[in-house]
Amino acid sequence: MKRRDFLKSVSGLAAGAALPMAPAVISSAKADARSETLLIVSEGGPNNLDIHGIGTNVPGYEVSWNCYDRLISHEMKSGPGGVPYYDRDKFKPELAEDMTISDMSATFKLRKNAKFHDGTPVTAKDVKWSLDRAVSVGGFPTFQMSAGSLTKPEQFVIVDDYTIRVDFLKKDRLTIPDLAVIVPCIVNSELVKKNATDKDPWGLEYTKQQTAGSGAYRVTKWTAGTEVIMERNDDWVCGPLPKIKRIIWRMVPQAGNRRALLERGDADISYELPFKDFQEMKGNGKLNVVSLPFSNGIQYIGMNVTKPPFDNPKVRQAMAYAMPYQKIMDAVLFGLANPMFGAPADKATEVAWPQPTKYSTDMEKAKALLAEAGYANGFETTISFDLNFAQVNEPLCILVQESLAQLGIKTTINKVPGANWRTELNKKEMPLYTNVFSGWLDYPEYFFYWCYHGNNSVFNTMSYKSPVMDKLIDGARDAAATGDKAKYEADVKGFVDLAFAEVPRIPLYQPFVNVAMQKNISGYQYWFHRRLDYRALVKG
Amino acid sequence: MLSLIAKRLAFAIPSLIGVVIVTFLLTRALPGDPAAYFAGPAATKEAVEQIRKKLGFDKPLVEQFFRYTVDLAHGDLGSSLTTGQPVATEIRNRLPASAELTLLGLLVSVAIALPLGVLAATRPGSWIDHTCRVVTTAGVSLPVFFTGLVLVYVFYFRLGWSPAPLGRLDVFYSAPDNVTGFYLIDTLIARDGEAFRSALSQLILPAATLAIFSLAPIARMTRASMLSVLSSEFVRTARASGLSPSTVTVTYAFRNAMLPVITTLSMVFSFLLGANVLVEKVFAWPGIGSYAVEALIASDFAPVQGFVLTMAIMYVVLNLVIDILYGVIDPRVRLEG
Repeated sequence: MKRRDFLKSVSGLAAGAALPMAPAVISSAKADARSETLLIVSEGGPNNLDIHGIGTNVPGYEVSWNCYDRLISHEMKSGPGGVPYYDRDKFKPELAEDMTISDMSATFKLRKNAKFHDGTPVTAKDVKWSLDRAVSVGGFPTFQMSAGSLTKPEQFVIVDDYTIRVDFLKKDRLTIPDLAVIVPCIVNSELVKKNATDKDPWGLEYTKQQTAGSGAYRVTKWTAGTEVIMERNDDWVCGPLPKIKRIIWRMVPQAGNRRALLERGDADISYELPFKDFQEMKGNGKLNVVSLPFSNGIQYIGMNVTKPPFDNPKVRQAMAYAMPYQKIMDAVLFGLANPMFGAPADKATEVAWPQPTKYSTDMEKAKALLAEAGYANGFETTISFDLNFAQVNEPLCILVQESLAQLGIKTTINKVPGANWRTELNKKEMPLYTNVFSGWLDYPEYFFYWCYHGNNSVFNTMSYKSPVMDKLIDGARDAAATGDKAKYEADVKGFVDLAFAEVPRIPLYQPFVNVAMQKNISGYQYWFHRRLDYRALVKG
Repeated sequence: MLSLIAKRLAFAIPSLIGVVIVTFLLTRALPGDPAAYFAGPAATKEAVEQIRKKLGFDKPLVEQFFRYTVDLAHGDLGSSLTTGQPVATEIRNRLPASAELTLLGLLVSVAIALPLGVLAATRPGSWIDHTCRVVTTAGVSLPVFFTGLVLVYVFYFRLGWSPAPLGRLDVFYSAPDNVTGFYLIDTLIARDGEAFRSALSQLILPAATLAIFSLAPIARMTRASMLSVLSSEFVRTARASGLSPSTVTVTYAFRNAMLPVITTLSMVFSFLLGANVLVEKVFAWPGIGSYAVEALIASDFAPVQGFVLTMAIMYVVLNLVIDILYGVIDPRVRLEG
C-alpha cells in the first residue's frame, strides 16, 4: 500500500468510526440513573472496607456504617438549626428487635427475617463471631471495644439461634453506647470463615476488599483512591428502605474542583472544603450548607507540663490570656466554630462538655502573670502542628506566634508531616502544639478520662498528672455507672474547674463539621462519627 | 542490532540493582512511622507495636531487605497500606492512565512545537519567530497546576463546554473491558461510541495542560537545532545546487536536526510521566504520579519503592528506544554502536 492510500484509508476509517458517535444524546436510561444516584465527592477515599482491618482510615468507617448493621443504633433528635442530630441517650433496635438490660448483662433478640447480602440469615452465631472478632483483632477496633469494657470473647454468649447475651465485666455506663458505635458491626461469619486462612483467621484480607454484611448498601465496585460504588440492598429489613438506589463516591483531590462540581450541579454532596468556601457558599444560597459542632470535640493548644516553662501554672494561665481567640474565630474559621473562651466571670460551671472557659484575650493580665512566674522578658519555644490539617493549623499557629511575640515569647513554628504527627504526640516531647480531640462517645468523663487522666493515655498529650483530677474523673465514672447523680454532677464540675484553673491545655473552639449539598438533597443526619448516613438521604 | 540491545540491557542491570537498594534505604529513612500512622487516631502504644509486628517493621533492616528482594524476584511489590491493594496491580491499573494522558499531551505538543520551531528557525526575526518565543516563555513559566485550574475554571465552570473534571470517564459510564488500559483504544475495541466520546472529552483539558507545559523545551530545541543545521555547509551546498527550499529544509536540514529533538522528547516524556502529579490532582486523574505522592505522604513504603522501580525500568526502556531511533535517523550512529 502506498503511503497516500494508507492515509486515505485511515481517514476513511476515522470518519466511519466517528459516525455512530455523532449524536451526543445521553440515553434516557442514563438520565433515570442520575435521579436515583447520589454522587458524592470528597478528598480521600477508604483504604479498607472493613473497620476491623489494620489501619482502616476514616472514609472506610463510612463504608462500614452503611454496609453493615449493628445490634442497636441511635434515635434522631432535632439538633442545632433543626438538623437531625443523633440522640446520645436513646437507642433503637437495628439487627436486634428487642434489647433487655439487666444488672450485669444485656440480652438481644435478633430479627428473624434479616439476611446477609448473599442471602444467608443473620443468626446469633454471626453476632458472637463478629463481636469476638472486634475484641480480638487488636488495634483500633479492640481499643474502641475496651472503652466500653468489652474485652473478652467470653462476654458474648449465644442463648439460642436468635438470642445473644452480652455479659458486663463491670458496671460501665459506656457499655451499651459502645455497642452502637461503628466497630461492633455484624459480619457474615460463614462467608468470611470460608475465605479465611491460617495466617489470617478472622478473614481480614477478604473483608478488606468486599463487604460481607447485612446492611442497607453493599459495595459493588471499589477502585482504591478513585471511586467507590455502592448499590442498595433491596432486602434490607432493619429500617425503612433507603430512597437512594446507588451511591457513587468519587475522590476529587482538588478542593476548588469539588466546589466547582457542586456549584455546576454535577456533584450532589461534598465535605472537606475550606472554611472560606463553605462560608461563601452559605452566603450565595445556591446550595444547602450544614454546619454542626463536633460532638465532644475541641481544638486546643497543648503545653508539655513536665518541662519548664510550662510546668508553671502561672505561665500556662498567661498563655491562656495571650491567645488571639477572636482573631482565630474570624480569620481562620470564618465563624464556623463554637467559641470555647470568654464565658462571663460569674457564670456557674455546667455539667456539660465542651463548655467555654473564662479566659479571653487580655495581654495586660498575661504580662503580669508572666512577670510573677519570673519570665518578664519572655522565653523561646516551638509550636508544632499536623500538616494534614494545615488549612486550619497553619494560620492558627501564625496568629498565636504573633500574639506571643507581644509578651516577648519567641515562637518557632514546627510543621510536622501527617505521617509523623502521631509518633511525635506519643513521644510527648513537643513543648507547645495545637491539636483536636473528639470522642465518639459523648460524655464528659469519657473525654477527661482520655485527655486529663494521670494514666497518661495517648491523648493526654500534655503529660498532665494530678491525683485530685484522677480522683474526680474516676469518681464521675463510678457515679455514672451506679447512677449517683449528685456525686456525678459534683465530680464533673470539679474536674472541669480544675482543668480550667490549671490549664494544661487551652481550649480554643469546638470545630464544625461542614457538609454542602444540592438543594434537592434532604435527610442529612449528624452522627457521632461525622460521616454520611446514606440510608436517610433523599434526592429530589 | 540485537547485540546492541542485549549490551544496553546488560548495562542497565547494575543501575536497577542500585535503584532497588537506594529506594529501600531512602524509604526507611523517611521521618514518618507507618505503624503509628495506620494504628489510627485512638491507638495505644501496644496497638502501634502490634501493627508494627504485623507489618514486619520490627525486624532488622537487613532481614526486611532480604524479604523485599525475595518478593521482588517473585514479581511481588508488596501491598499499599493507604489503598489496601497490591502495588503491582495498582501500578498496572494506573500506569496506562498516566501513559495515555502523557502520550496524548506529548502528541499535541509535538504537533504544535515541531512546525513552530522549524518555521521560527527558517524565518528568524519574523513574527512567527516572536510568536514562538512568546508561546514557549509563557508555557514554561506557567505552573501546570495553574494552567490546569484556569482551564477548568474557564472551560468547565464558566463556559460549561468541558465535562466535569472527574477522572477518565463520566461517572455514569462504565469503564471498557481492559485490553490495552488506554480508554481511547479500549472503548473503540468495545465499539462503545458514547464511552469513547466521554473518554476523549475528559482527556482534552488535562492533555492541553500538559501540552502547554511541554511545548517550550521541544519548540526551543527544534528551533536551535534547525538554526545550527541550516547554517552548516551541506545545507549551503544543497541550496547552491539549486534544490527547492522545501526539499532543503525538510529532507536535509530537518532530518539532521532531529537527533537533539528526539533526546529532548525522551527527557520531556519521562519527566512528564513522573511529574504530571499536579495535573492528576487537578483533574482527579487516577494516575501513577498522584498514587506515589499520596503514598509518600503516608510513609507507605511499598508503593514508593514500586513507583521508583517502575520509573527506573521505564527510563531504561525509553533510553534503549531512543538509542535505536538514533540509528534509524542517523546511520552514522548505528555504525559507531
